[in-house]
Amino acid sequence: MPHIPLAEGVPGIRSLVMYRPDTGAPLYELAQILLRDESPLSPAERELIATYVSYLNECKFCMNSHAAAARYLYKENSETVDIVLDNYETAPISDKLKALLTIAGKVQTDARTVSDEDVAMARSHGAVDRDIHDTVLIAAAFCMFNRYVDGLDTLTPETSDAYVPMGERMGTLGYVLPK
Amino acid sequence: MPHIQLDESLPGMQSLLKFRPEIAEPLLTLMTILMRGDEGLSKGERELIAAFVSDLNKCNACANIHGAISQCLISENPQMVDNVMDNYKNAPISEKLKALLSIAESVQKGGKNVKKEQIEGAKNYGSTDQEIHDTVLISSLFCLFNKYIDGLGLVSNDTNDSLNLRAKMIAEFGYSK
Repeated sequence: MPHIPLAEGVPGIRSLVMYRPDTGAPLYELAQILLRDESPLSPAERELIATYVSYLNECKFCMNSHAAAARYLYKENSETVDIVLDNYETAPISDKLKALLTIAGKVQTDARTVSDEDVAMARSHGAVDRDIHDTVLIAAAFCMFNRYVDGLDTLTPETSDAYVPMGERMGTLGYVLPK
Repeated sequence: MPHIQLDESLPGMQSLLKFRPEIAEPLLTLMTILMRGDEGLSKGERELIAAFVSDLNKCNACANIHGAISQCLISENPQMVDNVMDNYKNAPISEKLKALLSIAESVQKGGKNVKKEQIEGAKNYGSTDQEIHDTVLISSLFCLFNKYIDGLGLVSNDTNDSLNLRAKMIAEFGYSK
């Protein structure tokens, strides 16, 4: 049971933006810009960073929904998402993305620990300022979304089937406020 | 030195908003709605929650500026913010605000740490659903800001004077571009 009265049957962040649409609108806008607008990182890669941080924060709703979006966007390589969650260091992703996931992980644990070496490593694999900026902000933003969703104990669907249509919606329409 | 090329003549958060102006729009809108509303929690109480969470995250730049803004807005006791940072349970603030700070503290550790008993405690002292909602969202949002600033290695160039001046401006005029 959520800690405050939220629309029944509506899961996760959607129930919160329906509860307070005035804060919900800029939150969805932030997600849309951060995960879909132009960036040196593809939407699939950015969803993967969001999934990984949500996994570290043990936020089941965000992890499952963003994993579904990332699988949808990775298309025939959808298994990449699960391999990365298992161990990104040996996963079939670029060295740049591995270095960025290391940075994202440090932002999740304690952002002050992101070191010059971590950033230099990412740059040596081709990361530019925007890669580093977007990675840090996506990780920081999901530390917010995860806490918001779990801190109010929102509804979290238990079956993995529930997340497939969510992932497809996020992969095609992006972040659109619920009516 | 910041990890990316920023306009270092600007204070931390403003240099980030200049780096990526598209992001500035929703973040400033969110700050204005969430931090400058007066329904339920006062502006000063909202800033106090922000400062408290930033202090827990050891983000000194955010803790100092939001603490100073809160102190401007709640001016009766000039030690109020220091007392809260030191030990909010013994601070000269309402029991309701203490209960909400305990929720903010749990959110900072991770959303799942918030217990039903904490919510009931806050409600017993008169908190509304929206106050609980806003407390959770403010605490979550400042985990974003703190991590954004510290993750990119920003260092504050503020002196006491520049910090207090900026705090006064924000306390009076709010968040804008």
